[in-house]
Amino acid sequence: MSVLIVVEHDNQAPRENFRYALAAAGQLGGQIEALVIGENCRAVADIVSHAPGLAAVRVAENIAYKNGLAENCAPLIAEQVGEITHVIMAAGSLARMWLPRAAALADSQMISEIIGIEAADTFVRPIYAGNAFTTVQSLDAVKFLSIRTTAFEPVTGDADTPCKVTAITSGGDSGLTEFIGERVSALERPELTAAQIIISGGRGVGSADNFKLLEALADKLGAGIGASRAAVDEGYAPNDFQVGQTGKIVAPDLYMAVGISGAIQHLAGIRDSKCIVAINKDADAPIFEIADYGLVGDLFEIIPQLQAALEE
Amino acid sequence: MKALVTVKRVIDPYVKVRVRADGLDVEKNDVKMAMNPFCENALEEALRWKDNGVVTEVVAMSAGGADTAETLRMALAMGADRAILVNTEMLPVPLIAAKLIAAVARREKPEVIWMGKQAADGDFNQTGQMVAALLGWGQGLFLSAATLEDGTVSADSEVDNGIVNVRIKLPCVLTADLRLNQPRYATLPNIMKARRKPMEELTAADLGVDLSPRLKVLRVSEPPPRPSGRKVADAQELVRVLREEAKVLS
Ligand SMILES: Cc1cc2nc3c(=O)[nH]c(=O)nc-3n(C[C@H](O)[C@H](O)[C@H](O)COP(=O)(O)OP(=O)(O)OC[C@H]3O[C@@H](n4cnc5c(N)ncnc54)[C@H](O)[C@@H]3O)c2cc1C
Repeated sequence: MSVLIVVEHDNQAPRENFRYALAAAGQLGGQIEALVIGENCRAVADIVSHAPGLAAVRVAENIAYKNGLAENCAPLIAEQVGEITHVIMAAGSLARMWLPRAAALADSQMISEIIGIEAADTFVRPIYAGNAFTTVQSLDAVKFLSIRTTAFEPVTGDADTPCKVTAITSGGDSGLTEFIGERVSALERPELTAAQIIISGGRGVGSADNFKLLEALADKLGAGIGASRAAVDEGYAPNDFQVGQTGKIVAPDLYMAVGISGAIQHLAGIRDSKCIVAINKDADAPIFEIADYGLVGDLFEIIPQLQAALEE
Repeated sequence: MKALVTVKRVIDPYVKVRVRADGLDVEKNDVKMAMNPFCENALEEALRWKDNGVVTEVVAMSAGGADTAETLRMALAMGADRAILVNTEMLPVPLIAAKLIAAVARREKPEVIWMGKQAADGDFNQTGQMVAALLGWGQGLFLSAATLEDGTVSADSEVDNGIVNVRIKLPCVLTADLRLNQPRYATLPNIMKARRKPMEELTAADLGVDLSPRLKVLRVSEPPPRPSGRKVADAQELVRVLREEAKVLS
């Protein structure tokens, strides 16, 4: 058995989610290698080479990989398989762009967003917005897997000596797609998938301006800010704040849902939170069925009261 | 220019699913079915491109059992010009679905394939990417905006940290996110008209696609329940329980 972890990074350092993929790889056993794809990303490979349990790091550098276009990067991943039995990546938009494309090129049915490993070919994943779990056995020779980070404990620490880093040669630009630009949200607060506390607002918050109420509370608690789809659609918050089936899957110690009704698609993203608090003026809102603590009332009164109570 | 749109038949996403007694699937008998919401957005966008004159024909396709015809009729009622039903007993997994779609695309030669970014049943988020790989085409994924300009598509892709804008050469595969548009309703006259629109039926064998399983479902189960919670009286009590009971605040 031989596992290849595809590393997400910004050409300077790996994203922390790499350490969750490493944990999943460890559960599979066998030799573990990492693959770093990018432009001038040798520094990333060097950092990764210190991670515990790694046998080798492969690094592919090419200007065509700079912006992570799947049309250029996925063929490279597919070419790596050879003796590799498992290709793993932490679930997220990059894994969604790269892995299915690579898996199809390698004629493999990828298994996405796994939350459990029962055997080298048997995995658990949620379906129907997390309303059911399914255990599936892959019949393909090479398994392509994306790992839901909330279901794994990251591997911490570093090895005493780094493993070997090998440069691999690679194709170039497919010419199919061109990167034009990005509108990245400035992150003043913890990233949602890593935050210990998340305050999320829904349609009940009423406006982008009112979201400032939540920001003040989040700053006080060092929390990240999330939103329901309705709140994002109304323009109260940017799209990358969305939590749920089609947004981010989060698992903080404390998740506060403020003015959120609790549709199944929203709950899909928060089920693994340690403690869920709901603040809603409708005592029958479905969010109260999943919340550990519920407070019925008007958020515009409760949030300032919470601020005050936290000062004490 | 021709647009191929894929529409999947799924359990209505607002229905609470139940695990079937044999523990191998969820209950699908007497359960309300619907067109996958993301596919509705994909279809709506193709229809808008037709309304604007950039697309001349919208062909809807789906793969599944005989009842899938109902979903294709809905696509025709929304405004698709004709439909292709690939009759397969089982709902195919993404790779097989992608092979069927790519095979239809090789026959139909569309310049764009519009698809939903994921299906609300399996939540795989793979099929569009796989179709693009099999055809060797560019992919625009999780789109909240897409416009056609001089033989390329300028597309806004919703990613983890914001929005990425890419320019994709035609022909290409585009997958829709829910924020792309607001799908139209099928009016009664259009539902009547849809009955007379052509629907071609094909099999996997016609398309030369091997249906042998790639994934075996061993078990479907309920997620572990969360212990039931309780209501608190006011903000002060909330802060107290979060500090003392739940120990999630310092
Ligand atoms: C395929 C699909 C995928 C989806 N994916 C997602 C997803 O990823 N994430 C997601 O969130 N949704 C998703 N949705 C949408 C989801 O179904 C709901 O529509 C959405 O979550 C509702 O958001 P909301 O709770 O903010 O709004 P609403 O349902 O409108 O609820 C607003 C709540 O605010 C309360 N409220 C109003 N005013 C106040 C006040 N002053 N004080 C206190 N409470 C107040 C109301 O009582 C109500 O409960 C998806 C839907 C579909 C079909």
